[in-house]
Amino acid sequence: MRERHINAILLGGLLATALAAWGLDQPFTITLATKVAILALAGVGLNITLGLGGMISLGHAAFFGIGGYAMGILASHAQNYTPLMEAPLLIEGTNSMPVIWLVAIAASALAALVIGALSLRTTGAYFIMVTLAFGQMLYYFAISWPAYGGEDGLSIYVRNGFPGLNTLDPIQFFGLCFVLLCLVLLFVARLGRAPFGLALTAARQVPARVEAVGLSPYRLQLVAFVLSGAITGLAGALFADLNRFVSPAMFSWQTSGEIMVFVILGGVARLCGPVAGAALFILLEHWLGALSEFWHIYLGALLLIVVLFARGGLIGQIAGREAAHD
Amino acid sequence: MSLLELEGVEAVYGTTQALFGVDLALGEGEVLALMGRNGMGKSTTVKVICRLLPQSAGLVRFDGRLLAGMPAHRVARLGVGLVPEGRRCFANLTVRENLIAAARPGDWTLARVHDLFPRLAERAGQRAALLSGGEQQMLAIGRALMTNPKLLILDEATEGLAPILRQAIWDVIARIKRETGLSILVIDKSLRELSQVADKAVILERGRSVWSGAFSDLDAGVAGQYLGV
Repeated sequence: MRERHINAILLGGLLATALAAWGLDQPFTITLATKVAILALAGVGLNITLGLGGMISLGHAAFFGIGGYAMGILASHAQNYTPLMEAPLLIEGTNSMPVIWLVAIAASALAALVIGALSLRTTGAYFIMVTLAFGQMLYYFAISWPAYGGEDGLSIYVRNGFPGLNTLDPIQFFGLCFVLLCLVLLFVARLGRAPFGLALTAARQVPARVEAVGLSPYRLQLVAFVLSGAITGLAGALFADLNRFVSPAMFSWQTSGEIMVFVILGGVARLCGPVAGAALFILLEHWLGALSEFWHIYLGALLLIVVLFARGGLIGQIAGREAAHD
Repeated sequence: MSLLELEGVEAVYGTTQALFGVDLALGEGEVLALMGRNGMGKSTTVKVICRLLPQSAGLVRFDGRLLAGMPAHRVARLGVGLVPEGRRCFANLTVRENLIAAARPGDWTLARVHDLFPRLAERAGQRAALLSGGEQQMLAIGRALMTNPKLLILDEATEGLAPILRQAIWDVIARIKRETGLSILVIDKSLRELSQVADKAVILERGRSVWSGAFSDLDAGVAGQYLGV
């Protein structure tokens, strides 16, 4: 089966699940489908760095958390009717999703620019450790920031609004997240086929050859890292809105690891790999979690099997090696 | 004024000196043959020009600009197109992707490269790793042309190819010279084929340029003394 057919089945399946749950009045299932869409979005962000660029970042929770806190901070000021900054540079809070998304994207992109500019001067294990260190720095910063809940996190009582939609209705919020996921997937698909994406793939394989044709591997990787961070930040803002809660856990290395697990389970460098991975992860969490609180053991075993025997992930096993530049 | 000038260029690999003073000058529209026996510093000279290896002494000037301290990708962007020894295509990209990944605006487009190498158009969707040696060489030349260079450097472009493919590559080099007036620096051991395209020659011996002049002045005595033919 060709990869594009698998992608269509995956996205169609996710949409059909949410619609069926809506028809059967199962809001919890819609929430699960929304969670899959949002976590898949975070994985799609990481997949630019990991799949296209070959950079193993263990710090993507930093961007996920920044997106989450961008939502939390703006919404908490809006719900408390207190400005974020006092006059003369007056900045008000907001509960408008589009504004929050823009702030989340801008803040996480800026953070990715700074983190990427420093960490991309290293490679291999050092790159992993530097990105991990940045993530943990932000985690501890969030813990020690009492103004926004510190270790306890920050609750938002009402979900933020989107013009023309009732975002408290689970199916409408799912629709919003699903459309965003599809738009980002479309963007990433075009990115991968564009000269930028091809050069990034080439830089992953042999940086010196890319330099010889006039492209800077560092610049290519930095742009990819920033795009990746921005998408993961957007996912963080949506995740915070889904839960109406942000906490330092969004910055933790476990979150970085989970996002990476989605990508590996579904298929590194596969466009919809993170969608398949996130769906499988949520299903396992839901089903196995009901059987045993130690469900992570089974997840670990599955991850081992995928890494050892199915390196293209779920999508790679079905589609073969045709599409990915691996 | 020369497009490319090297004056007293020296280079080292770690603690081993490889170049001890290379001088050459290549004008616009000229084809220069860089010659010498194996291990005399030809590929090292190319690496220094492309800034893939820093010079330890001397000057490298391209299009009026000194290249010292410049990163390799900026040198390529100034207009130095390299066809490296051993082809070195992006193995896991397709032929078309190899060409467009490196493309920059200019006269050389995908259509023009396909016109020069119709085989690449036929193989557009095939991964570079699955091409024959001759096809990979065509792709390496096409990729360098897609960067729209002012100077094309061909490092052992025909090495390891069957005679019929070698001749096809030489025909293309002659066509590029005839139709575009592109400056070309070519490294090869085939005197007979070089004589069809080269205007000038520089011979390297143990990391030094020991002979330079018009290719037509390269007589049997010089060839015998420095090239062993």
